[in-house]
Amino acid sequence: MSITNDVLERNKESGRGTLIGYYPAGYPTKQDSIDSLVAMAENGCDILEIGVPYSDPAMDGLVIQHATEEAIANGFKLRDLFEIIKGVREKVDTPLLVMSYWNPVLSYGVEKFSEDLVSSGAQGMITPDLIPDEASKWIGLSDQHNLDRVFLVAPSSSDARVENNSKSSKGFVYSVSTMGITGERTELDRIARSVVSRVKSLGDTPTCVGVGVSTADQVREVNSYADGAIVGTAFVKAYQQGGLAGLVSKTKELAGGLG
Amino acid sequence: MQTNLRSQAGPYFGEFGGRFVAEPLIAALDELEATYLAAKADPSFVAELAELHKTYTGRPSIITEAQRVASQFGDMRIFLKREDLNHTGSHKINNVMGQALLAKRMGKKRIIAETGAGQHGVASATAAAYFGLDCVVYMGEVDTERQALNVARMKLLGAQVIPVTTGSRTLKDAINEALRDWVANGDNTHYLLGTVAVPHPFPTMVRDFHSVIGIEARAQMLELTGRLPDAVAACIGGGSNAIGIFHPFLDDQDVALWGFEAAGDGIDTPKHAATLSRGRPGVLHGARSYMLQDEDGQTMESHSISAGLDYPGVGPEHSWLKDLGRANYFGISDAEAMEAMRLLSRTEGIIPAIETAHALAGMKHLSTVLPAGAHILVNLSGRGDKDMETAGKYFGLLGDK
Repeated sequence: MSITNDVLERNKESGRGTLIGYYPAGYPTKQDSIDSLVAMAENGCDILEIGVPYSDPAMDGLVIQHATEEAIANGFKLRDLFEIIKGVREKVDTPLLVMSYWNPVLSYGVEKFSEDLVSSGAQGMITPDLIPDEASKWIGLSDQHNLDRVFLVAPSSSDARVENNSKSSKGFVYSVSTMGITGERTELDRIARSVVSRVKSLGDTPTCVGVGVSTADQVREVNSYADGAIVGTAFVKAYQQGGLAGLVSKTKELAGGLG
Repeated sequence: MQTNLRSQAGPYFGEFGGRFVAEPLIAALDELEATYLAAKADPSFVAELAELHKTYTGRPSIITEAQRVASQFGDMRIFLKREDLNHTGSHKINNVMGQALLAKRMGKKRIIAETGAGQHGVASATAAAYFGLDCVVYMGEVDTERQALNVARMKLLGAQVIPVTTGSRTLKDAINEALRDWVANGDNTHYLLGTVAVPHPFPTMVRDFHSVIGIEARAQMLELTGRLPDAVAACIGGGSNAIGIFHPFLDDQDVALWGFEAAGDGIDTPKHAATLSRGRPGVLHGARSYMLQDEDGQTMESHSISAGLDYPGVGPEHSWLKDLGRANYFGISDAEAMEAMRLLSRTEGIIPAIETAHALAGMKHLSTVLPAGAHILVNLSGRGDKDMETAGKYFGLLGDK
């Protein structure tokens, strides 16, 4: 069982839909990131994603790259991640997933990382550069600790991979459609719909979508075909432009797209 | 000792290698692997590449014995495999022509490449011009400055050079940018990677395309001296020229293999690029291998006077050969490399690339560990024309500007 999965199913059944908010750990400082994540939870995010700053974020856009570079420059260390998660947990019980490139986890020790996810109160991890084919250790440990384990599916993934990555995931599977793709909004939605429909036809794992969502209408639209909308860049930008107040108002605005 | 070391086809070399990349890249890697395996088994592909090497690259490259350099180090014979005489001035063209043919087979009209010293970028731009492909080269901003002549060469060849301004603005960041481009444009674009320090199938495929160096050299040494060399030496950054000359000798157990990596200010200072000597295993750019990282797994910035060796990772097969004890890796400082560059220039009339000079500087160390009379085969991987700005400043040759 997975709390994340429960939230997605409950929100789907009630017709509300789900808003998943990403924010980088330690940005711009440890305490700021706690405050930001708590504010996102209190103002409408149903699930939190906490990003681990990494030196080579080959799969992130410029806004998030610059934010995570700043977090590292301000002294972010991996052990801070778990302090931040605890800080968020003291205030809210919103499901929380860590999103990390693989080398920091490997360096920390996959086993210890898993244990610390549990003890700090996180629900699991999204692994953007770890495919199930390379993940046997993490799959075993996340099963053992009952942690969510979110892999990616992409427009270019074969049906066999869509099926395998979905079945290997727990909580939900992450449908990627914007990664590197620049295009018109309607085109991005068309691609996302097609990935989601393939996930749906090949299994029953819920799937959430990241498509460069930045308005309430887009949150509503994504929730009409997927199990949740994932928002990252728009939240980081809102914080950069308006601080915590800006982040709060962006969260409220996007949550307005939920039913 | 294992005797089938040459038969490794990836994706793993012991615990190293693999594909630690985001899902959106997997389809492109799968397509490339399938295309490569089919091409490798197709005599017409093999013949076409061989013909290109004969009539365009300038293969086989010759062997030059460096007697005057050898005499500086004692009782040894040094044989230089002259990859510097290849078209475009380095070994990089071997792999580029192979991958450009694969791009054609896949129907890709556009190639992208990363480059550090600019040698791989120049080779890629050259192949693009030859085959009529669009070409974009990603190059760290720091490297575009210290290798300005190669930037001009690429532009003259019709390529677009994009300076990368993120991270440390060197080779590793150029690879990140090229990966982003590939994710977005995989349908019409082949990422013509020039290093072996990346996901499967590149470490195997790039090695195979460069193994022509070792295959030729092994036969040439047998013909020239009647026996195999006692040691084979090469400089090593990502490790493409080293694996190219090492690979055909892997199962020749009496042939020692030596890779010389960049120790920058010194192997015991914080400023070096000695990944195998001072790194620990991790995942960088899609492969598990030795790498320079801090206690949190953040990639550390490497330092070397040579842009081509200034990289905090290394190919997975080298990590495996190191742990097996089959190959030895040793650090050479900037100062030692520059001294070797001058030595080869003055005594043999051959100006090597600064990268390559690291391998030559290693002869001093080899003179202390090999028996008297040893034969050493050195991969002279590139020529130094591109380094005249750096060398001119270093040796004070440019006068007042």
